[in-house]
Amino acid sequence: MLKITIYFLVASSVISLVRVVIGPTVADRMIGLNLVASQILALLVLVSVALERSIYLDVALVYDIFGFIGILLMTRYFSGKKGEI
Amino acid sequence: MNIAAAVFFGLGIIFNLMGNIGVLVFPDVYTRLQASSTCATTSVFSFFIGCMFIAGWGPMTGRLIVITIFFFVTNPFSAHIIARFAWQSGIVPWRQSYRKRRELGGEDD
Repeated sequence: MLKITIYFLVASSVISLVRVVIGPTVADRMIGLNLVASQILALLVLVSVALERSIYLDVALVYDIFGFIGILLMTRYFSGKKGEI
Repeated sequence: MNIAAAVFFGLGIIFNLMGNIGVLVFPDVYTRLQASSTCATTSVFSFFIGCMFIAGWGPMTGRLIVITIFFFVTNPFSAHIIARFAWQSGIVPWRQSYRKRRELGGEDD
């Protein structure tokens, strides 16, 4: 069951990247990026439980924090450029 | 214990498929944001609960609870940040009646 879920998450995060590539505006691309980041977080936790190594859980926590700060900084950066989106 | 984990993994897979189809199919930023936010939160939450059933009682479950609480706070908050950014940058919400009227050649309100 763990292996099936890990393969499914890899395939589904690749499918979610389609919205990042074809999105018409910046907000669409940020939605796709947020979805991919949450699926990679679940993938890291599943790999950690499957291999029984708890170091990947720390990696997952730091990845979550950096993904959140990345979305925050991207909106802060793009909100100053109103005519270019 | 293993059956409960399998049930939660199946729920997470179903929610994740719904979220991906919604993000690919829906016509607007706000509708896509709704599909992405709710389905990502519930699917990853189900995966975490299944992992807690597999890992058992120990230090791994404690770290899993910390990650779950942090994700449960930050993912709706980042969806709110994206929605506020899209609203402030002037994206108009999608409406069926406006688009039909424009295709028929009528006037906008």
